[in-house]
Amino acid sequence: MPSLPDMNTPEVADLARREADAHPAHPTVPQPDAGQEALFETLLRIGDSTLILGHRVSEWCGHSPALEEDIALANVALDLIGQTQLWLGLAGEVEGQGRSADDLAYLRDAWDFRNLLICERPNGDFGHTLMRQFLFDAWHHELLKGLAASSDPRVAEIAAKAGKEVAYHLERSSDLVVRLGDGTEESHRRMQEALDALWPYTGEMFLGDDKDADMAARGIAPDPASLRAGWDETLRHVLTEATLQIPEGDFAHKGGKQGIHTEHLGYILAEMQFLQRAYPGASW
Amino acid sequence: MAAATHPSVEEVWGWLSEVPDPEIPVISLTDLGIIRGVEWQGDTLVVRVTPTYSGCPATSIINLDIETALRGRGIEKLRLERQMSPPWTTDWITPEGREKLRAYGIAPPVDGTAADGVLAGRIARMTGANLTIACPRCGSTHTEKISQFGSTPCKANYRCKDCLEPFDYFKCL
Repeated sequence: MPSLPDMNTPEVADLARREADAHPAHPTVPQPDAGQEALFETLLRIGDSTLILGHRVSEWCGHSPALEEDIALANVALDLIGQTQLWLGLAGEVEGQGRSADDLAYLRDAWDFRNLLICERPNGDFGHTLMRQFLFDAWHHELLKGLAASSDPRVAEIAAKAGKEVAYHLERSSDLVVRLGDGTEESHRRMQEALDALWPYTGEMFLGDDKDADMAARGIAPDPASLRAGWDETLRHVLTEATLQIPEGDFAHKGGKQGIHTEHLGYILAEMQFLQRAYPGASW
Repeated sequence: MAAATHPSVEEVWGWLSEVPDPEIPVISLTDLGIIRGVEWQGDTLVVRVTPTYSGCPATSIINLDIETALRGRGIEKLRLERQMSPPWTTDWITPEGREKLRAYGIAPPVDGTAADGVLAGRIARMTGANLTIACPRCGSTHTEKISQFGSTPCKANYRCKDCLEPFDYFKCL
């Protein structure tokens, strides 16, 4: 009988209810205007995903297998965190409670984060990190294409900007997945293991809820399910070239978008938020 | 009649063309194409700046440098605005800027070669063929890509196979 919810098989609706009961009207979460709530949530989902993955990737700084890769990973992380400033900055504006991108990044707790679970997966080895990046980049690229056509011009302009950067991320991660997948016996094995391990975390990218439906109906953001075809095509091209086998199962871990996270997020936040929590308002 | 005492917009552009990019100081902010607009709104000078990359750490330094330069010219009421759209592209780097980059040892961007994320065609090229980038030192096109990302997000790492010099390539965006 585990004392904590088993995050491998979350009953999302039930857990969300329990979380809501446990933290009623959390003081750091002012309620947004009714009409803006879905947009606020959607912006958090995007901005939190880029923030958490950006932080994860930045953990490689100084540890990569080659200097060039170290620099490249740090640059990808920098792009993602730069995009986070734009998304969370807009989220704070939409919310209208005076919270800045920094407030949202540093002063919320795990249950307020809306990132995809794949973003908080531990780095594993270099191949594992690259496979996670590739699976994310292929989705991120499709998402930004959709958002660049948003009926909200603020969303569209951020997406147009970020999309140009992410095209480079996708090219780089595709290139390396091909090289390592179609590399040595050892690198091939590791890439296939990474793909198999991460596969159950990809389905969440394409699962929508009522907020997604609201955004799609208003033309603000694409329906998550509509991103699947482009993602599948990218995977088919790259993974075939990489001689890797696309896993069969369609089981999907989910809950990140609703604030139900794996145990890993807490550790990320403990490190990322330490300074602002210990020394509130510190700046340089 | 206050307007008559304002420096002209052309004059302000001239001043801005003397402000160097903090990371590649041989080119100016106007060479880089990131100043998107200069105008007077009443007695306030508004300068619109677009970021190169979303996370470019030079952005705040650039804003500070603009402010310092304009205040040094006696501008008292100044507002810097971030303009996101249309997003910055390397196409906006001026011809003079490109020549300065090359002379400094950075291969300038090859237009029309930005990543597009459409992989079908590009994967075929990944197997060996690199974009042809001329070595800024010896001019040889016998060069190879070392890494997609170089010393800053806007650059990639290349190496010349003839003179063996490693160099930065300013990626097309």
